[in-house]
Amino acid sequence: MAALPDAEALCAQLAAELRQRIGPASAMVGIHTGGAWVAERLHAALGLKEPLGLLDIAFYRDDYDRKGLARDPKRSKIPFDVAGKDLLLVDDVLYTGRTVRAALNEMFDYGRPASIALVVLAERDGRQLPICAQHAGARIDVPAGQRLRLKRGSDGRLSLELERAA
Amino acid sequence: MKLLVKGGRVVDPATGRDDVGDVAVADGRIVAALSGKPDRVIDARGLVLAPGLIDLAARLREPGYEYKATLESEMDAAVAGGVTSLACPPDTDPPLDEPGLVDMLRRRAQALARARVYPVGALTVKLEGRQLTEMAELAEAGCVAFSQADAQIADTQVLWRALQYAATFGFPVWLRAEDLWLAKGGVAHDGEVATRLGLAGIPAFAETVALATLLELVRATGARVHVCRISSAAGVAMLRRARHDGLPVTCDVGVHHVHLSDMDLGYFDAQCRFEPPLRSSRDRDALGAGLVDGTIDCIVSDHTPVDDDRKHLPFAEAEPGATGLELLLPLALKWGVQAKLNLAQTLARVTLAPARILGVDAGRIAPGAPADLVLFDPQAPFRVSAQSLRSQGKNSPFLGLELAGRVRATIVAGNVVHEA
Amino acid sequence: MQRNPQLNAKGELQHLLSVEGLPRELIVQILDTAESFAGVTERDIKKVPLLRGKSVFNLFFEGSTRTRTTFEIAAKRLSADVINLNVAASSTAKGESLLDTVANLSAMQADIFVVRHGSSGAPYLIARHVKPHEHVINAGDGRHAHPTQGLLDLYTIRHYKRDFSRLTVAIVGDVLHSRVARSLIHGLTTLGAPEVRVIGPQTLIPAGAAALGVRVCHSMKEGLKDADVVVMLRLQNERMSGALLPSAQEFNKHYGLTADKLALARPDAIVMHPGPMNRGVEIDSGVADGPHSVILPQVTFGIAVRMAVMSMVAGGG
Repeated sequence: MAALPDAEALCAQLAAELRQRIGPASAMVGIHTGGAWVAERLHAALGLKEPLGLLDIAFYRDDYDRKGLARDPKRSKIPFDVAGKDLLLVDDVLYTGRTVRAALNEMFDYGRPASIALVVLAERDGRQLPICAQHAGARIDVPAGQRLRLKRGSDGRLSLELERAA
Repeated sequence: MKLLVKGGRVVDPATGRDDVGDVAVADGRIVAALSGKPDRVIDARGLVLAPGLIDLAARLREPGYEYKATLESEMDAAVAGGVTSLACPPDTDPPLDEPGLVDMLRRRAQALARARVYPVGALTVKLEGRQLTEMAELAEAGCVAFSQADAQIADTQVLWRALQYAATFGFPVWLRAEDLWLAKGGVAHDGEVATRLGLAGIPAFAETVALATLLELVRATGARVHVCRISSAAGVAMLRRARHDGLPVTCDVGVHHVHLSDMDLGYFDAQCRFEPPLRSSRDRDALGAGLVDGTIDCIVSDHTPVDDDRKHLPFAEAEPGATGLELLLPLALKWGVQAKLNLAQTLARVTLAPARILGVDAGRIAPGAPADLVLFDPQAPFRVSAQSLRSQGKNSPFLGLELAGRVRATIVAGNVVHEA
Repeated sequence: MQRNPQLNAKGELQHLLSVEGLPRELIVQILDTAESFAGVTERDIKKVPLLRGKSVFNLFFEGSTRTRTTFEIAAKRLSADVINLNVAASSTAKGESLLDTVANLSAMQADIFVVRHGSSGAPYLIARHVKPHEHVINAGDGRHAHPTQGLLDLYTIRHYKRDFSRLTVAIVGDVLHSRVARSLIHGLTTLGAPEVRVIGPQTLIPAGAAALGVRVCHSMKEGLKDADVVVMLRLQNERMSGALLPSAQEFNKHYGLTADKLALARPDAIVMHPGPMNRGVEIDSGVADGPHSVILPQVTFGIAVRMAVMSMVAGGG
């Protein structure tokens, strides 16, 4: 089994890629929790004009009837006007696509952006919705019964890990 | 009818007798020996044979409340519970303030030929606490005592006159001690539980204030007063002092009040709504101690069938009271075990003691005594459920629970009126 | 029937009937969730789709426009459908029992019942009889509990004071009849507030107050000293006719919150009131409108707290 790529290196790689496409109307939104960590890296590296937005999709998930409300919802905070912006929506792992679907719905409740591009640190098989990433750090094969997670160490260093799926 | 009850554990509260033996019945009485062969032999091995239970407070709901229960169903319940004599309070609809009503009730009960029924007449007309009833007429019709049931006489002058009048004829007066104004609006014992649950409280001193008044009036009039449903430790203490002073008062306690306290209200369980209310565990323990030392003479069921529509309501709106005729025996036994009394002593509080208060020759097993008997298995479980209860009142805090003590047969005036 | 009826077998909130009996972690979770919802109310689109397709029935047996309105706003912000039942005019007035009323509504596919009733314990009776997917939220029962008010009061206190473990809270007025006071007291003791005082004349303090874990004071001088939070309770007119108090004037003189009485509390004390206020009776206008008062923020926080409670009971298998 191949070793997982270094998350910090992937962030640097994504930042270099994104530097080509950002413009005056660009703004970034990270999805809690892992997407927010990645977005913090990218936002700092890219020096975007607008402050970083953070999104908690707890109130837009499609599994509320089955699982109830998430235990520890964070507060979504979009400190800029969404209208007319070219948004970069950032998440850590793209898997089924349901998180991104919820995030898109939530973003449109804030306003009407000019465009949204999806940026993910890693993507893996298993899409359940027609969603794809415009920028992905790495494609990773995840063995059956396992889950790909982004972790943040006590020193703040990001790392990708495989763990047993619940 | 000649009956032989063979091989049972005979318990006689009057003498303390507790041994295995035979008891013979002829012509409605217990006899020393049968002349000739018995018409029927009952095998009582492994069972206890005791005097039939005497319950001083059982609501039969007739006349007037037939949708709650009828004489038939409640008399069935009585003998199923081993109760051979019962006194019913006057709070029927209309109340028992007319000789005609009393007469009718007695005849109906007699015709059913189950337990003996002793009506308690109303002390005031319509129980309204203003005008005296024709107590002499009512006594002639069969009333054994006079009472206000749960309705209090607000005007103490009327109470005084009523006691004077009753004393003139030597009629006993059975009264609950509760100050009308201090209890007004209350639905639970005024303590920690009522505070937490936000229920209007009836303080214990609502009982002691009224009891003090009542005892003073007894002193002044010489009336024979029986205090019903004492509920507080302070009330017991007051009674203890009164008896020590030689006042001729007797007293009973509801069977639920020796087992339950306001903690049992739980999450607003309306099955625990009683009048008087269930008080603190300290009060409950004092009631038990009062029963042991004789300050409280006897235990009653305070049988009160309530239909579901009137019980499945928010606590303060629900009708108070629980079904009790079929639970009196197992609950009394349970209490006796906890109080570390022997069987004869326990049973005395539901047989001999109430018989004395009623003024009837009952509650004992001896040649010449009326053949009112109960045969029961003290260990056999009795599951309290809507199906197992004969009473139309299925309202009980013990629903779904199992109690020990099953009645196998009940004999009234020498006839087997119930068998299981 | 002694299991806590508010929690299901997994310890999750199924009904909200009382603050009493809620574990500490659950109360904190409700407050945290409310904070997230506070963010929603700051956006242009003040709605989230969480309860879309669900029906919230407001079953108010006791009149209340303000509480019912905040529940309605909260439900609508969660995208739920709201039906208001004016019970006085309805079948219950015609003699239909409480349980029959609920059974009929249940047949109309209700998901959440928000119930306000004049009898303590009524919501418990309802909760014992609803279907598994139906949830009951107590909007006030008799003098027993008003849990969403208690929670929004806790939220308010946490917002301004952060740490419960060092607080002195004084609750003033008709504690005897107050479901708001009872709910707040349970919440404060669960969250570890070291000193909770109730202040009022003996006629308005219940017999078992000390057992609730509070210190009973009969003077404002004693009770307000160094308080961090002062909660004023509404005094109803009926109390004067029930031989509990002689007059509103005398009550105001000894127990009304005036500026000079407030000066006994800490300089940064906050003043709260569940509303509606009787200006000049339990609280002077100067104080109600002054810099210590957080009475209006309480109302705003109430919406977020009710959104949190509704979304926590209604979700999940």
